Amino acid sequence: MYAQMVKSTGKGLVAREDMSPEDCAFQDRIDAGEKIEPRDYMPDGYRRNLIRQIGQHAHSEIVGQLPEGNWITRAPTLERKANLLAKVQDEAGHGLYLYCAAETLGVSRDEMTEMLLDGRMKYSSIFNYPTLTWADMGAVGWLVDGAAIMNQVPLQRTSYGPYARAMVRICKEESFHQRQGFHIMMAMVNGTADQKRMAQDALNRFWYPALMMFGPSDKDSVHSAQSMAWRIKVNTNDELRQKFVDETVPQAEYLGLTIPDAHLHWNDETEHYDFTEPDWDEFFDVISGNGPCNVDRLNARKTAWDDGAWVREAMMAHAEKKAARKQAAE
Amino acid sequence: MSVKEWPLWEVFIRGQHGMSHRHVGSLHAVDAKHAIKNARDVYTRRNEGVSIWVVEAAHIAASSPSEKGPMYDPARDKVYRHPTFYDIPDDVGKM
Ligand SMILES: [Fe+2]
Ligand SMILES: [Fe+2]
Repeated sequence: MYAQMVKSTGKGLVAREDMSPEDCAFQDRIDAGEKIEPRDYMPDGYRRNLIRQIGQHAHSEIVGQLPEGNWITRAPTLERKANLLAKVQDEAGHGLYLYCAAETLGVSRDEMTEMLLDGRMKYSSIFNYPTLTWADMGAVGWLVDGAAIMNQVPLQRTSYGPYARAMVRICKEESFHQRQGFHIMMAMVNGTADQKRMAQDALNRFWYPALMMFGPSDKDSVHSAQSMAWRIKVNTNDELRQKFVDETVPQAEYLGLTIPDAHLHWNDETEHYDFTEPDWDEFFDVISGNGPCNVDRLNARKTAWDDGAWVREAMMAHAEKKAARKQAAE
Repeated sequence: MSVKEWPLWEVFIRGQHGMSHRHVGSLHAVDAKHAIKNARDVYTRRNEGVSIWVVEAAHIAASSPSEKGPMYDPARDKVYRHPTFYDIPDDVGKM
């Protein structure tokens, strides 16, 4: 989801017979539910996979501010503006918590930012879709943050201590995001006919991209098996997607909106909704750079990074000068 | 061009209810004043604290995970450091 397609560098699940004694002991600790801390022994692959996963997650939080930031100055009331501003500010915080967690693995935040900007690191495909109307702020909070919560709650139990702790903080803050989105949707569907149409249109555009957030089906993914053995992934993508659909359909019914899926129906046998999978060709296209907003999003990040360089440099220089002066006076 | 990265600071926050400062995370800042300002924005958006400590991460000395055995095992067999080690008859009353 926020880390949709973490390509591991290994060759899939390593069997115990093929593990070194250190790696075996490490796996035992994970199987016993122990948390791994920054200075503990960890296999190289574990470290590398986590850097990718947490980095991707952090970048998603930061890039994810852009589609919503787009509407802050045009919010319909001062109250909605304050709500949205607080939500977007939280996302900045989430990005920072996660960068810090990744930094404990020996990569710096600036390095990760540079990897995002030159395309070596990714962010969630969802943020490459445009936010065209105010109703999209409702749909994003309700569906996108809703899907994010679904993925983040189990990650509070992930094996890497700093990541799990960041997730605890994030989950505490996240539920306000979804509720403020749903609140916007409630206002829209109870408004004029045009407002209700806008709400339906926002749902139509965000439904499948939201389903894509959980990543492709991992039935045959070797990477997924290794990540689950290491407990840096707790549920399969399909499990979480199903859970999301099951929880969201009644919410749409409450709003009087129609999920844009003619095949959606309750299955008495499985006790889950059957639904249409998103278009995976579109997903791969978006994730590889060809979504409607990929270029805009990366340009915005690049501009912020480049234009801010002199500020970062000047602040550092000023602090060093002050420190030197203070030392000379002592 | 790569600009020199701002140093990393660890952040400790004391909550409302008389607890000690607790480690909450880290952040980047140019100096202590800047770190406290950033910590206020990043870690106290919901009244999480009434006091902030920051310390540059490079200045923290930490015990090593490989010393776990010699460091903590000696405390393991000293059960007499716990109140439950001492059997006091019920007749004595609450103690
Ligand atoms: Fe977030
Ligand atoms: Fe959020």
